[in-house]
Amino acid sequence: MQASVLSAVLYVILGPVAGGFLAGFDRKITARMQGRQGPSVLQPFYDLFKLFNKQALVVNNVQDFLVWGFLVFVVFTGALFFAGGDLLLVFFALTLAGIFFIMSACSANSPYSSMGAQRELMQMMAYEPMVLLVGIGFYDVTGSFSVKDIIHAGSVPAIAYMPGIFVGFLWILAIKFRKSPFDLSTTHHAHQEMVKGLTTELSGNILALVELSHWYENVFLLGVVGLFVMTNAWWSGIIAIAVCLFSYFLEILADNVFPRVKWEFMLKSTWIATAVAGVVNLLILTWIR
Amino acid sequence: MAVIAFLICFPFAAAVVLSMMKQHGKTRKYFIFASCIAIVAAVLYFSTEALIFGKNTAYLTETHIIDTVMLIGEFLMMALVIYFGFKFKKYYVALLSVAQTGLIAWMELSGGPKEESTHILADKLTIVMCLIIGVVGTLICVYAVGYMKDYHAHHTEFQDRRAFFFAMLFVFLGAMFGLVFSSNLTWIYFFWEITSLCSFLLIGYNKSEQAIHNSFNALWMNLLGGLGFAVAIVYSEKQLHISELEKLVTTAAGKPELLIPIVLLAFAGLTKSAQMPFSGWLLGAMVAPTPTSALLHSATMVKAGVYLLIRLSPALAGNLAGVLVTTIGGFTFFVTSLLAISQSDGKKVLAYSTISNLGLITACAGVGLHEAVWAGVLLMMFHAISKSLMFLSVGAVENATGSRNIEDMHGLIVKLPELAFIMIIGIAGMFLAPFGMLISKWAALKAFVDSRSALLIVFLVFGSASTLFYWTKWLGKLVAMIHNSERLPNTTKGSEWFSLVSQAFLMIVLCITFPIASTYLVEPFLGDIFHNTVPAIISSGNINIMLMMLCMIVILPIAVRLLTFGRKNQIVMSYMGGANWGNDRAFTDSFGEKKRMYLANWYMEDYFGEKKLLRPSLVLSSAAIVILMIIVIGGAV
Repeated sequence: MQASVLSAVLYVILGPVAGGFLAGFDRKITARMQGRQGPSVLQPFYDLFKLFNKQALVVNNVQDFLVWGFLVFVVFTGALFFAGGDLLLVFFALTLAGIFFIMSACSANSPYSSMGAQRELMQMMAYEPMVLLVGIGFYDVTGSFSVKDIIHAGSVPAIAYMPGIFVGFLWILAIKFRKSPFDLSTTHHAHQEMVKGLTTELSGNILALVELSHWYENVFLLGVVGLFVMTNAWWSGIIAIAVCLFSYFLEILADNVFPRVKWEFMLKSTWIATAVAGVVNLLILTWIR
Repeated sequence: MAVIAFLICFPFAAAVVLSMMKQHGKTRKYFIFASCIAIVAAVLYFSTEALIFGKNTAYLTETHIIDTVMLIGEFLMMALVIYFGFKFKKYYVALLSVAQTGLIAWMELSGGPKEESTHILADKLTIVMCLIIGVVGTLICVYAVGYMKDYHAHHTEFQDRRAFFFAMLFVFLGAMFGLVFSSNLTWIYFFWEITSLCSFLLIGYNKSEQAIHNSFNALWMNLLGGLGFAVAIVYSEKQLHISELEKLVTTAAGKPELLIPIVLLAFAGLTKSAQMPFSGWLLGAMVAPTPTSALLHSATMVKAGVYLLIRLSPALAGNLAGVLVTTIGGFTFFVTSLLAISQSDGKKVLAYSTISNLGLITACAGVGLHEAVWAGVLLMMFHAISKSLMFLSVGAVENATGSRNIEDMHGLIVKLPELAFIMIIGIAGMFLAPFGMLISKWAALKAFVDSRSALLIVFLVFGSASTLFYWTKWLGKLVAMIHNSERLPNTTKGSEWFSLVSQAFLMIVLCITFPIASTYLVEPFLGDIFHNTVPAIISSGNINIMLMMLCMIVILPIAVRLLTFGRKNQIVMSYMGGANWGNDRAFTDSFGEKKRMYLANWYMEDYFGEKKLLRPSLVLSSAAIVILMIIVIGGAV
């Protein structure tokens, strides 16, 4: 009990630090891939502090509340995950957070943010089946939905039983990290045909909250990646971190290699990937056990 | 016992009185309110008494007179169907009706020594159903009083037959009570037929061409199910000498050779709960005034179908009949949630979502495992309240704004904040953690994984994703804040408002208290039919976490207000490339002219439209149902 509370608290405190550094290295590596020098790894922190000190321009008075809802539930999701909670409940909480975010864009009654909201919703629809399959896969392998039990399930990492589901999860991770080719609703890059999409109407300290939420979210998602390789051995943690970093590197690579696709392609390909990698893996699991 | 008789007979008596009250006035209004109060009081009395004594009770062994009355009633219904069939030249319905009534009459009259059997049974599932019918059903009747007044004010082209309408609503309630209290198959069938006929009459209420067409659609599909029911009764009576549903289920469980009546009854359940390929009748039912749709979709009719399937569930576990039911249910859940994406008519989205949720309940019943049926019963409870709430609020919005199109609900939170808020509660209850439906969906997911049905899992995960899509985009429409928008006059009447607020309240109460309902109602029922207990399906730890989420949502607005206290955000207009026309609703186009901005949701007709998906899925599901039924019946003979 105490250990789980401690790790949840650690996540709440250290999550944004890790998330910020991830973003910093992301920018550095991306810059190097493009033959640029790139900013300091601390740049995301500078940006965030600056944003926090800026006045927000809003189009209505509920945006504030909805973005806070997003942040609170993302943090809740991650805390529940690192406290060893139920994996499905964790994913449901993440969905709730996402809906708060989408509502903040819908409430703005603005063409760009509302277009972004529809695209974000499409992205959610694309990745949701795979996310649920990850939970089901873990349950099939370890007999429990609880993150705590999954870690202590045995000496063989879950990835050995569900490589397909792992690949499928990496696929949808590109959507969750808002990386090209699936950064349809909003993106960090400066070639967006709809301004900033989802976050067009958010600025100043409210935008800072969104940024902070994304850091929390990214750390949580990498936590799920780590769960695939965690076993009850102490050194599996180190491997997990290595796998997380490598996965993140793959996402950065994809981000720099592939151009953005249309939503039709994203939906089709993601659902097909889910069916081929995820469902087939699940069928085999059901079959052999 | 007396209270059961009251619950079944009183609505019919009230209906007779109502059909004679042609005057639109206070008398009728108060008579309806008083009848509703009487029904709710009786339901509450019955439930508390049954809960305190805690036993399942069976009554009535000698029922010769009542049986004769029912037989006469069946002939009368047949005569009515034949009359309508000939009047509108739809002879096939007459044929269907004659076939099934003939079968039942032959069985009843050919007699033979009748076994001693009970006719009335009250267990925990009956209490659940009674509460749904009694509370949600009467709230819909209360709503109808105010709604129908506005309906006829808006639609002067339709003949005002309100006396008939209210009478039919009460007949429906009476028939539903009869259905859930009966344990004898012939009795269930009698009430089953009343609901079929009643829904036919209610759907055809306004006598427009569309309404008549759709009402016959509903009639033939339900009569087809009724025919299946009749054959099942005759088979089990003549071959197995069983006339009680419970006995049939316990006898047939685990015996594949006794599956014929089970699969026929399941077929009847599938038609009544509008599963593919019989989904058409429920979609057509939306031509009727909103209270009809609300009643058909939430408290009655379709619930009769899933009720029967849940009763059958122990006999469906692990056999081909179960495979039939789960496949159809899962497939329906998936396809109709895709189809709902392409709809912009509020009532049509609700109709598809009903079919989709019923599909999930059906699939749960078909799995036939303790935890799956738990999820199914809970889904049924949550669905009844939230769907009725949604229909009634869409109806109220339609009366206030003249449109039920979701696109026209843009910015409803500014225009009609109270109604928008009620709707947000309803939508959140439909799919969002930590509210109602999601809990049962979660349990269903666990049950499907445990039953190792990969196909169901696939249907469920993809179906959930599309469910998320169509509800969220509706929610997004409601919360759009338009600048300088006028509030519209809220024309919702007192009775409608009372009904809406009570249901929203019930919804929230049920979300918080569902563990109690589970412990005292659902678990004992499941213990009875499965003779086992399973550890808590959703652990108390997780329930606490969900309650925590609920509290967070409640506290959030206050907390944010405190956190941002003293900080000033500058309010600006939304960004339109600098071309706003003085507000956020119009912009300057490339010719320098003013153009109004219109924000639409995505419907993606090319991918999820009815034109694209409906026919193939009807063909597929028809094929599945025919093939699987042939295999089951062939295997059993």
